[in-house]
Amino acid sequence: MDILSLFPAWLLEQGPAFVIVLPLLMGAIVAILPSRTLAWWAALIVTLLCSVTAFGLLLQVYSEGASLYTMGGWDPPHGISLVVDALSAPVLLLIAAMAVVTMVYAMPATIAEIEPKKRAPFYAAFLLCFAGLMGMVITGDAFNVFVFLEVSSISTYAIVAMGAARDRRALAAAYNYLIMGSIGATFFVIGLGFLFMETGTLNMADMSRILADLDGGSRVAMVGFGFIVVGLGLKMAMFPLHTWLPGAYAYSPTMVSVFLASTATKAALYLLLRFTFTVFDPSFNYDIVVVKYVLVGVGVVGMIFASLQAIFQTDARRTLAYSSVAQVGYMLLGVGIATAAGIAAGYLHLLNHAIIKGGLFLAMGAFWYRFGITRVTDFNGLSKTMPWTMGAFMISGLSLIGVPFTAGFVSKVNLTIAAADKGWWWAVAVIVVTSVLAIIYIGRILLAAYFGSPPEIDGEMAKRNEAPLMMLIPMWILVFLSISIGSNLFGLGDNFVMASERAANLLVGIGG
Amino acid sequence: MIDIFQINPGLWMILAGLICALVPKGDTFALVRKVFIIGAPIFAGVMITQIYTSQEVLAGQITIGGLELTTLRIDNLSMVWGYLFCLIAVINGIYGFHEKCRITDSSALIYAGAAIAGVFSGDLLTLFLFWELTAISSVFLIWKGGKRAYAAGIRYLALHVLSGVLLLAGAIFYAHSNGGDYSFNAIGTDTLGGWLILFAIGIKCGFPFLHMWMQDAYPKASITGTVILSAFTTKMAIYALARGYVGVDILIYIGAIMTCFPVFFALIENDLRRVLAFSLNNQLGFMVCGIGIGTELALNGVVGQVFVHVIFKSLLFMSIGAVMYRVGTAKASELGGLFRSMPITAVFCLIGAGSIAAFPLLAAFVTKAMIISAVIYEAAYNPGLYVIAAMLLFASAGVMEHSGIKVPYFTFFSHDSGRRVKEAPWNMLVAMGLAALLCIVLAFPWGGYQILYSLMPYEPNYQPYTVDHVVFQLQLLFAAISAFCVLKKFKLYPAEKRGEILDFDWTYRKLGLGIMQWIGAMWTRLSVQTKRLRERAIESAGRRLFQVFSPAGAMSESAPSGLAAVLTAAMLIIVLIFVYFIR
Repeated sequence: MDILSLFPAWLLEQGPAFVIVLPLLMGAIVAILPSRTLAWWAALIVTLLCSVTAFGLLLQVYSEGASLYTMGGWDPPHGISLVVDALSAPVLLLIAAMAVVTMVYAMPATIAEIEPKKRAPFYAAFLLCFAGLMGMVITGDAFNVFVFLEVSSISTYAIVAMGAARDRRALAAAYNYLIMGSIGATFFVIGLGFLFMETGTLNMADMSRILADLDGGSRVAMVGFGFIVVGLGLKMAMFPLHTWLPGAYAYSPTMVSVFLASTATKAALYLLLRFTFTVFDPSFNYDIVVVKYVLVGVGVVGMIFASLQAIFQTDARRTLAYSSVAQVGYMLLGVGIATAAGIAAGYLHLLNHAIIKGGLFLAMGAFWYRFGITRVTDFNGLSKTMPWTMGAFMISGLSLIGVPFTAGFVSKVNLTIAAADKGWWWAVAVIVVTSVLAIIYIGRILLAAYFGSPPEIDGEMAKRNEAPLMMLIPMWILVFLSISIGSNLFGLGDNFVMASERAANLLVGIGG
Repeated sequence: MIDIFQINPGLWMILAGLICALVPKGDTFALVRKVFIIGAPIFAGVMITQIYTSQEVLAGQITIGGLELTTLRIDNLSMVWGYLFCLIAVINGIYGFHEKCRITDSSALIYAGAAIAGVFSGDLLTLFLFWELTAISSVFLIWKGGKRAYAAGIRYLALHVLSGVLLLAGAIFYAHSNGGDYSFNAIGTDTLGGWLILFAIGIKCGFPFLHMWMQDAYPKASITGTVILSAFTTKMAIYALARGYVGVDILIYIGAIMTCFPVFFALIENDLRRVLAFSLNNQLGFMVCGIGIGTELALNGVVGQVFVHVIFKSLLFMSIGAVMYRVGTAKASELGGLFRSMPITAVFCLIGAGSIAAFPLLAAFVTKAMIISAVIYEAAYNPGLYVIAAMLLFASAGVMEHSGIKVPYFTFFSHDSGRRVKEAPWNMLVAMGLAALLCIVLAFPWGGYQILYSLMPYEPNYQPYTVDHVVFQLQLLFAAISAFCVLKKFKLYPAEKRGEILDFDWTYRKLGLGIMQWIGAMWTRLSVQTKRLRERAIESAGRRLFQVFSPAGAMSESAPSGLAAVLTAAMLIIVLIFVYFIR
């Protein structure tokens, strides 16, 4: 059956604009909605509509090829264009789907975490953040990227800070994130300024063409490139620039950490791919040198250091946050291999890691929701008090480690093979070592949960107290996805691998 | 639709194990689990007979992430292991019939299933998967041994997971040097990958200096746990060797050393389950050596030896387990005289002991002779192998000494410990009886050992029951027995002391084996010393890491935004340097 034919033609035609405009407009409306439940419903429906649209766009890309949407009918390079192709469409769907998952979970979570009168603005800010991320991914205009980057960032600072009701450290974390994020955005816009100076255009495709004509451009373009890489590196928590991340993930409201962990850094990584492989060209010497040495260098160092740091954390959410920094290293390594196979592996890890980390943070949120647990030492006996949630955590954790038949295994194996084909045996060794480190930091939590006994409260064993269904459902959907990708149920594994290969082929120019 | 003959028979047992894990607690449900634990291996065995043909069967191909996996390969070699594992799983199931423990039941099934599935795997990645699964599922059997076993279990798990990781790394290297071919056939040591895989297998089958986990973990597991553990892990590794490393010379020397060194440790050990663990290691040495020789005769010997070894080794572990079940200890110094109260167990133990010592008419007589003969035939081309043959003969005498005499003597005879207990439970007796029967049948000169021959991969034409061989073997065994008697005589002389192992060694020293004893003691002392050093090194490394990476550590000081900004600038400078100056 042709699923694509089920989508109305107008939706596919106007879809690229729809997925940004709808959440932006609804963000404003949700903020002033009187009823909090209504706000939740509105936000949920918006994310649902967006993910359905994103799914349609993805199918359209695979059947009819990339499409270019011109805002208001103004043709590029003068008007703003939106690009849906094999690289952006999967990330769009990922962000939209993760937003739905987060929103379902948010119903019970926000009640526990956010003061009643702040809930509607919270959902509004969430929608703005969502719109910003979608915009970053879909736009074909370089300055527009900056605008959407700021839209998503500023709203993110706000929703991270709302964690203050739960943990006052959220304020410091949000402030730190604000400063760092602003530096990153500034670097990015400075880089764009240099590029504009050199090429006289802001449209990415146009920029790419002019740069190719200039044979890579002068020093101005080189400096611009440097600024853009560092700016995006900061946004995606590239290793030494990751200091904002652990605080932001650990102290924000639980649903925010789910959403941030699975989308925000991913969107930035997507932009890095866009800029290093399509706007600039790897055939420019300065481009490939940075990709091959700097990105791989910080990626590998980050993998090892952040994994070690994850082992010694006392707060389980910080463990996961450092693990995220390490996983970014895997993706950078894949990008740095710079072959089609390497980029495909990095891209696949981007998708898989979003699903895995989303599941882990969802479970973590449920632990907090029921027992107020965030410290590793408090995990004792959780397998008995919350068996289903802990089960989801365990499977996602195993997937993070890369146990066979889970998503993590597929992407790690592909990455290993890509590294081996390139002859980078040291990278294979690093992947193996960091996987062992992952066994330690996840295993530590699992050991406590499965072999410890539940604490005694007033002389009685803590009773079984499972997370509400609204939390379990999204959690197990992600777990199920992770297993399906790993064991290729319903052909999901093949589809993910295919999506990543198409994206990579687009980047290295084997057609798309 | 999936063809059930495409499915690796081991997976059925893993499935049964998972079902067992979900069956609720309670006595009636325990019976359900027991049905699974005995029925699943039988079913798997039937499936093997259905799938097996005289040619190699390759089936169950699936593609995961662009890799083609062959999950089922049954041929002359793997078939033997498959049947053997099913058989021993049934016997183990009967032996553990009285035990109502959900974890033991399910992990035993998953573990045995993983071993079978591993043996039937047609490529290195599938092998890796089940290799790790055997490690993970079996550690629960060790942990069931109580508090003392927890740390041993962790050490066991760490070493075995390491083995799996090495196997995976080796597989990737090997496939890379081999044009992306992951199929599991002769590997050899020409490539780095080959060495890594050999090292991984070496951990699992207890090469010298990689063997410590065996003596560490096996004696600490639960009673049934030890019996189950002793059957699968190491034999799966032997299969991997027999598949990938036939005729690799280094194995001859490794095997010979493996046969000899555990003898000394076994003699001075007091814990009888530990004695058996040492002798297990020694028996594996014979197999490794035979694989290293690699002739048809040697391989036939290895296959036969694996088959009977699993049976008589289980029989020994089962009999000591039965004693432990009734008496509560397996320490030689606290046992003795039990033949009065457990006569049937004593007989079974003697049959097992005779089998391991290769008495004529008992199991190992045929197969061990095949391996040693193969070494001697090869020595015609390479005189150095006479040394190896001598080492194997010495080890055979040693086996007689520690497993053949020491284990039954100290348990059932020796000084009467005064303990009066009941005979072992009926299910244990049935299991031991089955194993003992097999020990006798498989070496029976008129139609018995021919059954064993029919399983061997090559046409065997070796005649075990010749006058020379029988007489020679008897001489060897009686020499060992008389040596033991002489020693006992000296030992008894001072006073009616309990059979303390340390006194016992003293008599050995008198007879010139003192040097060996000294080496043993030194070894222990050295390992204690190095252990302290090792621990200190690990501890200080751990502390360093902690100081750097912990939340209070240097790396995690909540970086002020200013510092982060400086870092960003530094990063920019690095990028710009690369952009400008690196060509």
